[in-house]
Amino acid sequence: MRKRLYLLLFVGLFLVLSYNIMQMPGKSTVDAPAYNDTTEHYLNESIEETGAINVVGAILADYRAFDTLGETIVLFTSIVAVASILKVADQKKKEDDHE
Amino acid sequence: MNDIIIKSITRLIIPFIQLYGVYIILHGHVSPGGGFAGGAMIGTSLVLYTLVFGIDKSKQKFSHRVSEYAESGGILLYVSLGLIGIVITGSFLTNIEAGFPIGNPGSVLSGGMIPLLMVGIGIKVASTFITLFHTLIEEEVV
Repeated sequence: MRKRLYLLLFVGLFLVLSYNIMQMPGKSTVDAPAYNDTTEHYLNESIEETGAINVVGAILADYRAFDTLGETIVLFTSIVAVASILKVADQKKKEDDHE
Repeated sequence: MNDIIIKSITRLIIPFIQLYGVYIILHGHVSPGGGFAGGAMIGTSLVLYTLVFGIDKSKQKFSHRVSEYAESGGILLYVSLGLIGIVITGSFLTNIEAGFPIGNPGSVLSGGMIPLLMVGIGIKVASTFITLFHTLIEEEVV
């Protein structure tokens, strides 16, 4: 009885989600949510505004430069985390000498 | 690894890998690529050097002190370029409005501060690669 209830629930959920996916606009159509004013602005104005002909580079290091700063800080934090867990060899040698 | 073939081939190809990495970094605003991809290439070449010639010899080329300076220097370069924007226009990481020359689009010397930011990111990524690798292979858990 319980199993059947679960099955019915999941089939219903599957149907609802499938219906919603069917309603979504495709990736490469004009109505896609990602294709809005921002895209148009980047594609049309990026050369005049940044002087870089690689639009991806212009977005990465000019429009979204603050985001890239965050990415480099993530790298920095990863180094700090690893160094705090693992002992540095020079340090270990010094401690061995003390002992 | 004590193999004459691997050592000779590695010695031969490392300069080319690093040159290509520098090319990818410096052309980040002209062609696909940029600081992350080019920095990963340079970092991988240093990892290859460590694998072939051993940690002790690699330590002489790229010591902890050098990696400390590279780690902090890359991010300091990035932040200081952003601070130039604060001083001149009042907002962080401003490119053309802050007076960086726009240059001739399509040439290497264009795009204002984008190539400089890419250099900072490249240094950071390369040193992160090699520092993580050195730390992980030579140390043990506390």
